[in-house]
Amino acid sequence: MTALSVLRRGLLVLGLPAVLFTVWWFATAGSTDFYFPPLATILESFGKVWTAERLLSDVVPSLLRLAAGYLLAVVVGVGLGLVVGMRRAVRDVLEPVLELFRAIPPPVLIPVIMLFAGIGDTMKVLVIVSGCMWPILLNTVEGVRAVDEVLGDTCRSYGITGVARLRHLVLRAASPQIVTGMRQALSIGIILMVISEMFAASNGLGFTIVQFQRSFAIPEMWSGVLLLGILGFLLSLLFRFAENRALAWYHGLRRAQRNP
Amino acid sequence: MTSPGLAPVLAEPAGTDPGPGGAPARRGPVPVAVLRGLAGLAGLVAVLEVLPHTGLVSADYLPPASETVRTLGTLLAEPTFWTALGDTLTGWGVGLAVAVVAGVAAGVVIGSVPVLRAVTASTIEFLRPIPSVALIPVAVLLYGTDLRSKLLLVVYASFWQVIVQVLAGMQDVDPVAEDTARSYLLGTWGRVRHVLWPTALPYVMTGVRLAATVALILTITAELVIGAPGLGHEIAVAQVSGAVPEVYALVLVTGLLGVAVNLAARAVERRALHWHQSVRREVTA
Repeated sequence: MTALSVLRRGLLVLGLPAVLFTVWWFATAGSTDFYFPPLATILESFGKVWTAERLLSDVVPSLLRLAAGYLLAVVVGVGLGLVVGMRRAVRDVLEPVLELFRAIPPPVLIPVIMLFAGIGDTMKVLVIVSGCMWPILLNTVEGVRAVDEVLGDTCRSYGITGVARLRHLVLRAASPQIVTGMRQALSIGIILMVISEMFAASNGLGFTIVQFQRSFAIPEMWSGVLLLGILGFLLSLLFRFAENRALAWYHGLRRAQRNP
Repeated sequence: MTSPGLAPVLAEPAGTDPGPGGAPARRGPVPVAVLRGLAGLAGLVAVLEVLPHTGLVSADYLPPASETVRTLGTLLAEPTFWTALGDTLTGWGVGLAVAVVAGVAAGVVIGSVPVLRAVTASTIEFLRPIPSVALIPVAVLLYGTDLRSKLLLVVYASFWQVIVQVLAGMQDVDPVAEDTARSYLLGTWGRVRHVLWPTALPYVMTGVRLAATVALILTITAELVIGAPGLGHEIAVAQVSGAVPEVYALVLVTGLLGVAVNLAARAVERRALHWHQSVRREVTA
């Protein structure tokens, strides 16, 4: 019975992707269309293009820049968010300014940041920070603002203040919101990682893919698109794994509340 | 200059209209919050004005706020600016409309057939996180700088926002309400109209709001990177030709456009969901 249900589940999860891939494979099998080469050709060039050496020289730098920018954005966003969220006056003063900054489409900042930081790694990291920061910051502010009043009062009457209060009450209570912001920031970060490299770079995924496209190396370009897709998927999987661990208490609480 | 456009932002969260039964105690702090917000904006403008004059930041990189505003004024007088704005809004509007219609249609079909839902779940989870910018080279090859290459990116990115929300909304239908409708012998249409629609609508609205923002980002990205006509392309041109104040003025325009899109989406949501708890609570709180 369990073996059967595992099989059933596997079929449900893998069935449609398998069908889609088969359709893609056979629909393009004899394709002579320059822009849509056969899947077999794409996969073949995938193995040829994305060798260990290529991964090291182009994918790793991209991912390092993404990681640096993203982590910096988390630190700055949560830090500022705590300050802004806990002081009503600060929040009132900064809210419209933050709304304006958040509303600026992040890729537009690339030309501006290029003025200051040139076209090196600093520029790309700054671009990622400047795009990822806002969802994290604004969600942190919202989360801090919504801290349960009774819990706050309880903490106060137990004399829990300062760092302990921040760690055990404020950050904890705001963490579901912060994670929501971090999830939004991750997809923005990936976009900016690629675009900043398409704009000006000498290595990186975005740079390589555009290079292929400009030189009309079509199967190679498709293999790059495929790799980007896989990367996006893996990163979101990694994020969900981390989220499930970090917010296990919260999901458990929600579940308990839903079915008492 | 920026404040008139932003005034609704300031007024909105504070709830200037307490409504029937609204707590009168909120009336006090409202003007304070607005004043503080205005002070914040004024502070930003002052910093941007003073910084280049002090020499801390070169005026070549960061023109004083007054110069940016003056440039914006000249831009507003030029027909090319309005054409670019029109191009951007066209790409945004058409892309968003296509994504919403397709997302809602696909979501309703998939959501109402449990087998279909189970089969497609993994595919949706796989396709959704694929960054839409991965499609940029494909779009360039297929459509060049055409409107269609913009639409390809915008629709792909916004579609997932909508469909995921629609699916979540359809799953959220209260089984008791569904059973009640059945025992009152409501037909399929009646159940869709009176049970499914009100349950799913808040989710759909959230999806549309998120999609509106994403669509704007992708429209301008496509213009910036691919070179499709629009505000993004104007920014790229201004940057390449070293017209720094123009870059800042156009970035400011895109920001204001973003604020406008946010406000419009929230207004639409509020209007469509005026009966819903979340909106009603906001008014009375």
